[in-house]
Amino acid sequence: MELVCPAGTPAALKVAVDAGAGAVYCGFNDETNARNFPGLNFSREELIAGIALAHRRGVKVLVAINTFPRAGGMGLWRSAVDDATRAGADALILADVGLLDYAANKHPKQRLHVSVQAAAANADSIRFYVENFGVRRVVLPRVLSVPEIAAVTKECGCETEVFVFGGLCVMAEGRCSLSSYATGCSPNMQGACSPASHVNYRQERGKMVSRLGEFTINSFAKGEPAAYPTLCKGRFATNGALGYIFEDPTSLDAAAMLPGLKEAGVSALKIEGRQRGRAYIEAVVHAFRQALKALDAGRPIETASLSALTEGQTTTVGAYRKTWR
Amino acid sequence: MSASDLSILPAPPLLILAMRPLPLAPLQPLLSFLIASIVRRHRGLFVRLGAHAGKTFGIHPTDLPFAFELAPKPDRPRLVAVRTLSKGLDVRISGPLGALLGLVNGELDGDALFFSRDLRVEGDFEAVVALRNAVDDAQINLVDEIRSLLGPLGGPFEIVFRMALERLRETHEERGV
Repeated sequence: MELVCPAGTPAALKVAVDAGAGAVYCGFNDETNARNFPGLNFSREELIAGIALAHRRGVKVLVAINTFPRAGGMGLWRSAVDDATRAGADALILADVGLLDYAANKHPKQRLHVSVQAAAANADSIRFYVENFGVRRVVLPRVLSVPEIAAVTKECGCETEVFVFGGLCVMAEGRCSLSSYATGCSPNMQGACSPASHVNYRQERGKMVSRLGEFTINSFAKGEPAAYPTLCKGRFATNGALGYIFEDPTSLDAAAMLPGLKEAGVSALKIEGRQRGRAYIEAVVHAFRQALKALDAGRPIETASLSALTEGQTTTVGAYRKTWR
Repeated sequence: MSASDLSILPAPPLLILAMRPLPLAPLQPLLSFLIASIVRRHRGLFVRLGAHAGKTFGIHPTDLPFAFELAPKPDRPRLVAVRTLSKGLDVRISGPLGALLGLVNGELDGDALFFSRDLRVEGDFEAVVALRNAVDDAQINLVDEIRSLLGPLGGPFEIVFRMALERLRETHEERGV
C-alpha cells in the first residue's frame, strides 16, 4: 500500500520524502485547494522544484485541486489543472465534476484521483467517475467501516485510498456548510474550514475560550487538551448538560486497522495534515512507514503513541470499526 | 527522541532568578544582529508572511523574566527584549522557552503545542498562522544563526545552548506521564 503524506510547504515535502513517504500531496497557495491557510502551500515554482526533488528520490507528488470552482471563476481552477500537469504532477486530486471533465479532456494522459471532497462513498458513484473521466483512484470519505471499504473496493473499478491518521471530519465532506454558516466563507469553495481570519482565542475566568465568527465554540479549563475551533467539534449545552453532540475533539489513528485495510484491497493510505509542521510530518510518516514494514514482514504492528500530536490528544479508529450501527 | 513524545519543561527556577536582575540592554545588539541575519538568510519568510509582515508580534517565554517584541518588516525588521509586552500588539504568543525554541527550530509542531496547552495565542490569529507556517518552512536553526554571529565565541556558545535545549526537554516516559 502506498503511503500518501501531506506537505504544506516545500520544507515539509522534503521531510515527508526523507521520512519514508511513497507519495506526497500538496496544493497551490490559493483557493483551489482545501487547505488554503495563511502562509501555507506552494507557488508554481515551488511545486516544480518539489516534484523534481521527490522524483529524484522515487516519490510521487499528487496535487490537490479539490475545492469547487466559483460560478464565473473557473479560470483559476483550470489554470491550476494546467500548471500542475505541466509541472509533472503524478496525479491530480479533484472533486468537481466540471473540473474532472476539463482535466480529462484537456490532459487525457494525466492521472486523476477523486478527492475525499467529492464524498463518493459507494461503488455506483465511483464508477461514474471512472467511466466518464477515467479516474484511477478514489479517496474514500471517513464514514465507511472496513467491511464497507472492502465491498466498495471490490466493485468500484479503480484504486481506493483511505485516511489512516490525522484530523477527523465525519461530516459529508465537500457538502458540510457549518463553517460557511458561521463565517460566510466556504471551506468547499474557498478552501479553509474555520478560517483563521474568523478565529479568536481569549482567556475568560481562567478558561481558554475559542470563538469562530460570532459563535463560542468551546471553553477549556486549565490543563484540558484543546481542539480546533470547528463547529462540528464544539461543546454545546443541551438539556442542561455540556457535551459534544456532533464529534468529540479527537483524531484518527488507524494503525491498528492496517491488516484489515490491506485485506480489503486498499491501494493507498493517506495521512491528513498539510497544515501541520515539519515535526508532525516527520513523526507520523516515520511511524506509519515502520508500521507498513512490520505489516509486510508479517510482524505485529507496534502502534507508536502519536496522541501527543493529535487534536484533543486522543485518537480513535472512527468509522473503520463502527459501534453505533 | 521524536516530536511525538516530547514534552516541555520550564527553564530551571535558579536560572530565572539569576536572570531577573540582569539589564536587557546588552542583549539588544545580539537580537538586532540575529533578526537582521535571519531576514538576510531567509527571504522566503516574507513571501509566506505577505501582508502579515507588517504586524507586531509579542513573544513571551513564560519561564523567563522578559519577553520579545517582533516586527518582521522586510526592510526594517525589529526584535527587542522588553520587561513586559506593550499594549496594542497585533499578536501575543506565550509558552515555555523550550516550546518556543522548538517551534522556531521545527522540532515541535505548533498545533500539538496548542492542543497540549503549552502554547497560548491571543490576537490576530491569521497573523499567528502565517508566522507559524513561514517559520516552519524557513528551516531556521537558531543555534547556527547565533553561532555565526558570535565568531570565535560561537563554539562554546553552541555547547552551552545545546545543553540548555536538552535541559528544557524531557520525554513523557521520563516524567512518568
